[in-house]
Amino acid sequence: MATKTFQYIQSSIVPLSVENIDTDQIIPARFLKATTRDGFGDNLFRDWRYDANNQPKVDFVLNDPTYSGKILVAGKNFGCGSSREHAAWAISDAGFDVVVSSFFADIFKGNALNNGLLPVQVSDTFLKSIFDEVYKNPKTELEVDLEKQTITILATGQQEKFEINAYKKACLINGYDDIDYILSQKEQIEVFEKARN
Amino acid sequence: MGKTLFDKIWDAHVVSSKEGFPDMLYIDTHFIHEVTSPQAFDGLRKRGIPVFRPKQTVATADHNVPTINQHLPIKEELSRYQVDMLTKNCKEFGVELYGLGHPFQGIVHVIGPELGITLPGKTIVCGDSHTSTHGAFGTIAFGIGTSQVEQVLATQCLLQSRPKRMKIEVNGKLKKGVTAKDIILYIISKISAAGGTGYFVEYAGDTIRSLSMEGRMTICNMSIEMGARGGLIAPDETTLNYIKGREFAPKGEAWNKALAYWKTLYSDEDAIFDKVLKFDAADIEPMITYGTNPGMGIGITQKIPAIANIVPNEQLSYKKALDYMGLEENTLLMDKPIDYVFIGSCTNSRIEDLRQVAEFVKGKQKANNVTVWIVPGSKQVQQQAIREGLDKIFEAAGFALREPGCSACLGMNEDKIPAGKYCVSTSNRNFEGRQGPNSRTFLASPLTAAAAAVTGRVTDVRELLAEPELV
Repeated sequence: MATKTFQYIQSSIVPLSVENIDTDQIIPARFLKATTRDGFGDNLFRDWRYDANNQPKVDFVLNDPTYSGKILVAGKNFGCGSSREHAAWAISDAGFDVVVSSFFADIFKGNALNNGLLPVQVSDTFLKSIFDEVYKNPKTELEVDLEKQTITILATGQQEKFEINAYKKACLINGYDDIDYILSQKEQIEVFEKARN
Repeated sequence: MGKTLFDKIWDAHVVSSKEGFPDMLYIDTHFIHEVTSPQAFDGLRKRGIPVFRPKQTVATADHNVPTINQHLPIKEELSRYQVDMLTKNCKEFGVELYGLGHPFQGIVHVIGPELGITLPGKTIVCGDSHTSTHGAFGTIAFGIGTSQVEQVLATQCLLQSRPKRMKIEVNGKLKKGVTAKDIILYIISKISAAGGTGYFVEYAGDTIRSLSMEGRMTICNMSIEMGARGGLIAPDETTLNYIKGREFAPKGEAWNKALAYWKTLYSDEDAIFDKVLKFDAADIEPMITYGTNPGMGIGITQKIPAIANIVPNEQLSYKKALDYMGLEENTLLMDKPIDYVFIGSCTNSRIEDLRQVAEFVKGKQKANNVTVWIVPGSKQVQQQAIREGLDKIFEAAGFALREPGCSACLGMNEDKIPAGKYCVSTSNRNFEGRQGPNSRTFLASPLTAAAAAVTGRVTDVRELLAEPELV
């Protein structure tokens, strides 16, 4: 089955300079009761975005019209905690294509990649530069080029290379699917099973 | 050159390996539950394919289930629908389900070991980050996302890059009132909630060896709270004694064959780890967390760290955490009044945890200001507790022994801690709102939780322990 692809983006950003954002913040457990993958964006950062009476909290960045864009930039250790893939679905569903941080939790990173959401890991200093620029000018844009594996702050020209597994990169660019790939080697699985018994 | 335990098991499960690609890893056992599986089954339906090896997947309902009146239909509509969906999916795809009402039902990471499904040398995955629990038996066990649940259902394999290996050694004798939970909270407080990211951890040292299987499961369970994908402990006599005779454990000739393999499961002396950390058991006191990630923990007699002592670019997040918790820097957490005590979760809901709590509260009374929930990890744990009369001890103390499920660990069912209230909890996460919107969690051991239940405030359990031998 073809999956969502990603090659390149140029976009303004939504900054969230908080460290250790766990997946319970991204999507609280009480919103995990759906049995499809759709609609989780409405509850992205639910308890940071809305008060107990479901009114938007004006000081939260997603409710601040100053900032918008398809790139979410967050503090280090983003996506720690629960393995819920709903976190990646919620971010994607809310219109983001890229998440930038100086450090990602392993399971979140894998979940994001499996959903066409690109996690871009940058250095602490580069992350700080992004935050500095966007707080100076909320229209600051980033360019992310997956083929070249580069991320650039357009206003300053500052650029960094980022890492990504070559297989996962090919999957994202071409929309390849893990299950199709494994099933193409089904015979090998059966051989493996026989050899063990 | 020698191999680590992790590499021995990993290598024995690689179906294919190609430069630039993740390894194709064979998965022996796949646990599923109602929350992270429906979209995976849906995926199979869309592809028009079956579960490849249905006998290697085991299902239970745990995250959403009520912990009282489990014999009645689930009241909350969405929860009921999700649990019903699991039943329907398991039936359609031929997967064994230990659902509500089944004598084997319980928290997925409690039932796997107690049924003898979790065995040394296996690869085990589940759409739940605390799958690391099973590592206590010398297995490679880790949490996965729903796309990967679908992958394993479809192929019994997982594309996975080999993580780095870390060894954490703990040596020395534990002090009075210090348990496995305190060891792991201590380690995480030292290396932070991200200190293990990118690694698979092997726990070693004589302190770890001295722990029961329940204690080892508590340690491995929280590996994910330091960011590690999983943690494991080489099997030994303690492991074998625990497994022998369990429902699905190998028997007769199969047992002997398994034993021969399990005896090869240890890290060779010259095996190289990417990182080695060593801790002294004597440095550990009963632990408690004060913040909003499991790395924010202190010894029970210590003060909450000053903001000035936090690295500059993390001070804002640190301040935000203390504000959320309603706490001040540089103050003691000890004697802080609390509202709830939750004893349960895949970290601490096994029979040994309940026995320890019962032994401590016997003859004591719950404080008036505290609500106490004791939630057994499984139907079998609940039945065992009743057989041993623990329920009567709890009742006499003013506690309630509920029915099994994940419960207030993540508040997906009705068991939520109200906004602003403090809960001393034996679970694994103190994240904002984890136990209910705006709830405030102090993570601690079952003993420390029991002490708080009795005094109504954060308490140093050592002051209430008569005999040093109690623990």
